[in-house]
Amino acid sequence: MIFSFDLLINAIVSGILIGGFYAAVTSGVSLAFGILDIVNIAHPAFIILGSYVSYIINATFGFDPILTSIVVTPLFYALGAGIYQIYYLSFEKRGQESLRGLAFFFGLLFITEVSLVLYFGVDYRYVNAPYIGPTWHFGDLDVPLRILVPFAMSMLMIGVLQLILTRTFIGRAIMAVAQDQLALRLMAIDPIRIKRIAFGISIATASLAGAFLIIIQPVEPSVGRQYIGRVFAICVLGGLGSMPGAVIAAMLVGIVESLTSTFYGPSWAPAVSFGFLLLTLAVRPAGLMGR
Amino acid sequence: MIVRTPVFLIICLAVGAAVFGLSLEVGNDYVFFAGYVILQYVVLSTAWNILGGYCGYVNFGTAAFFALGAYSTVAIYKLIGDNDLPHIMPMPALMLVGGVVSGIVGFGMGYLTLRLRGAFFSIATLALAVVLQTLIVNWDFVGGSRGAYVIRPEEMPFIGSYVRYLFLMMLLLAIGAIVIARLIERSKLGYGFATIRDDELAAEALGVPTLRLKLIATTISGALMGMAGAPFPYYIGYLQPDSTFALDYAVNSIAMPLIGGTTSWVGPLIGTILLGTLQQVATVTISSAVNLLIVGCLLVGFVIIAPNGIIGLVHTYLQRREEDFVGRRHVSADAPGTVP
Repeated sequence: MIFSFDLLINAIVSGILIGGFYAAVTSGVSLAFGILDIVNIAHPAFIILGSYVSYIINATFGFDPILTSIVVTPLFYALGAGIYQIYYLSFEKRGQESLRGLAFFFGLLFITEVSLVLYFGVDYRYVNAPYIGPTWHFGDLDVPLRILVPFAMSMLMIGVLQLILTRTFIGRAIMAVAQDQLALRLMAIDPIRIKRIAFGISIATASLAGAFLIIIQPVEPSVGRQYIGRVFAICVLGGLGSMPGAVIAAMLVGIVESLTSTFYGPSWAPAVSFGFLLLTLAVRPAGLMGR
Repeated sequence: MIVRTPVFLIICLAVGAAVFGLSLEVGNDYVFFAGYVILQYVVLSTAWNILGGYCGYVNFGTAAFFALGAYSTVAIYKLIGDNDLPHIMPMPALMLVGGVVSGIVGFGMGYLTLRLRGAFFSIATLALAVVLQTLIVNWDFVGGSRGAYVIRPEEMPFIGSYVRYLFLMMLLLAIGAIVIARLIERSKLGYGFATIRDDELAAEALGVPTLRLKLIATTISGALMGMAGAPFPYYIGYLQPDSTFALDYAVNSIAMPLIGGTTSWVGPLIGTILLGTLQQVATVTISSAVNLLIVGCLLVGFVIIAPNGIIGLVHTYLQRREEDFVGRRHVSADAPGTVP
């Protein structure tokens, strides 16, 4: 194959853009797994749920998918808070989160996915929005708006999340929960309440990420599975609980995946994230920016 | 009542012979087709339970280990050619190969991830399935994404149709898996596993070689899953990556032990028989999508409401009855004459 510079640049740029989206997908897991220590492997299923909510509202009323997803975040927040309450009462309180808690989320993954299959079937669904068709050209560089818009919104979302975590009272309390629950309790803050809020926020991000996903590609219920390995690989690579780390790791994975699929064929791309995961676990388990 | 292992093995074989005899008595090969799937899940859930139930490490990659076994059979099949295979490599030999391949991969996975917290192992197993699927899809020798056909021999001497032979092989493997699980449970190994499950740090501090024990568990568990996968190409006739790596295997092999109860070999067996039969019925009468929904709901329901599974429920019930009995005797001893 003749090595082409255009191809390389295009692959890298699209890798960065897709990476930004991966970061949005990962931010929720980073919050739940990295900070709260809740291994929510059902997160990708909630993202698909978010995609379908955007799809339904877009198909019936024609509203913008991203706007819709922002409006429905309170619903997802409530869902997340409810799930955490069940999780806390059934597993964390009894100290059984390692085995049964994991199985619980695995069960949720299946229930969500199969319910969507039963209701919507396995057809690919897509949304309509003015920015889905056009592509911007910068010389040889092609930037489809369909990827650029989710990228920009992802960055915005992560920025806001990072501001909440570092600047507000609740955000600092969430970071504190990760460090020392007892100390938090001594300051008259209920750690369970803080964790409930944090998990609610984590699921709320799934609503937005779902909208981004369905803008980037058509969605069917089992698409979420492809993201399980990827998301946790990024989360571990970036260092648990570090948002900036997750963004860098996401872009790294995005770039390498994009290069792999450009130069070796798309069928090899799924192996990339796992390669990263194994490499990180073997060489530096704390991740790039681990605490 | 303690039953020694050789006696237990004989009991198992007798039960197995009875199962096979009864299935022959029905006279319909569908019984063997459906029964094979249930037996396969007996092996998978028992194997999962050796790592998940005894050590407390959740493996989401059942499909990966299972598929490794199935694809080693396909690789050998392609290498030798369809007509000679049953003569050169009989099914037990194929199972052995599948077991060795999966066992090695299980060991490697464990070595990389088991030194870290448990969740990393679980996530890595999940990702392992994706990567192996990618490798298989890109490996044209075993059919790639198009899949591979395996031609099943028509008849077997003495037994009749080939599916009966497969059923018999899986029955023997299931018995083997149960005996191994029971043996582990009652040996030093089993107590070592239990210490890991209950408090790994304390076990480590007391000198239990936790890493070595965990590696033994992953290797045995992976090997059994691979052995269960080895006859699969012959059962299905057409092996395709999407269906071989389906997450159904993972969710079933987790749900069955958790519903039955994870602390003993009986749990996965009860869970598999109940859930497996239910699924066979649901697949025939409703649809296969609904049966996954049933499994998911049962799994979530059981882990929340009955954390120790059916065995746990029975245990609590018996204990309560005993307490009632003892309580009543106390009353009668305290106040003789008041009891009619």
